[in-house]
Amino acid sequence: MADFDQELDASGLNCPLPILRAKKTLNGMESGKILHIIATDPGSVKDFEAFANQTGNELMESKEVGGKFEFLIKKV
Amino acid sequence: MSDEKKLAIIATKGSLDWAYPPFILASTAAALGYETEIFFTFYGLQLLKKNLDLEVTPLGNPGMPMPMGMDKWFPVLGLALPGMQGMMTGMMKKKMASKGIADLAELRELCQEAEVKLIACQMTVDLFEMNTTEFIDGIEYAGAARFFEFAGQSDICLYI
Repeated sequence: MADFDQELDASGLNCPLPILRAKKTLNGMESGKILHIIATDPGSVKDFEAFANQTGNELMESKEVGGKFEFLIKKV
Repeated sequence: MSDEKKLAIIATKGSLDWAYPPFILASTAAALGYETEIFFTFYGLQLLKKNLDLEVTPLGNPGMPMPMGMDKWFPVLGLALPGMQGMMTGMMKKKMASKGIADLAELRELCQEAEVKLIACQMTVDLFEMNTTEFIDGIEYAGAARFFEFAGQSDICLYI
């Protein structure tokens, strides 16, 4: 997995909290910085795709690691 | 007027289960960049109380999943027994917490942080003689025309 600037562990949280926490964290980051998110909600896979599509933030990577879902999002 | 997308919601229900859709959708929409307003009317005004003491009822709700096969033990009338609503509410809250479902007050706070506008129906406040000191801060009191001012320009409009 590529380098990242900040990390958010949203494990155990259900919809829509992973998205809301991610948005909040991104708000405090500079453009071009990368956020690494860990989630356990299976719905978050489609949700982060949709989040990126609608907000312009880039979903660089989305993968499952040992039953958890990991995402890399670059702030627009 | 901005070119942001807009979501307008009317929240009319005041039970624990029905409190979620307006706040989940509004907070998510705000995170996606929507300008969002919720108009609370009739029983929906319960969702604006500082003390969110909401309950869920299995009565008149055949679609509600019952824990531990309770639907087999209790005939429909049994669900009207005293204490049943409190018990169902307790079970629902426990289940929600165990599944990492957001706490309602937290979700509402996230909405306010994200500048979702919360509007209380003034007519309902007068009708039920509600005490506005029981409501959270930062809400607006207005009528139907105020709702349409925003809803008329909205991209999505939901009645919940």
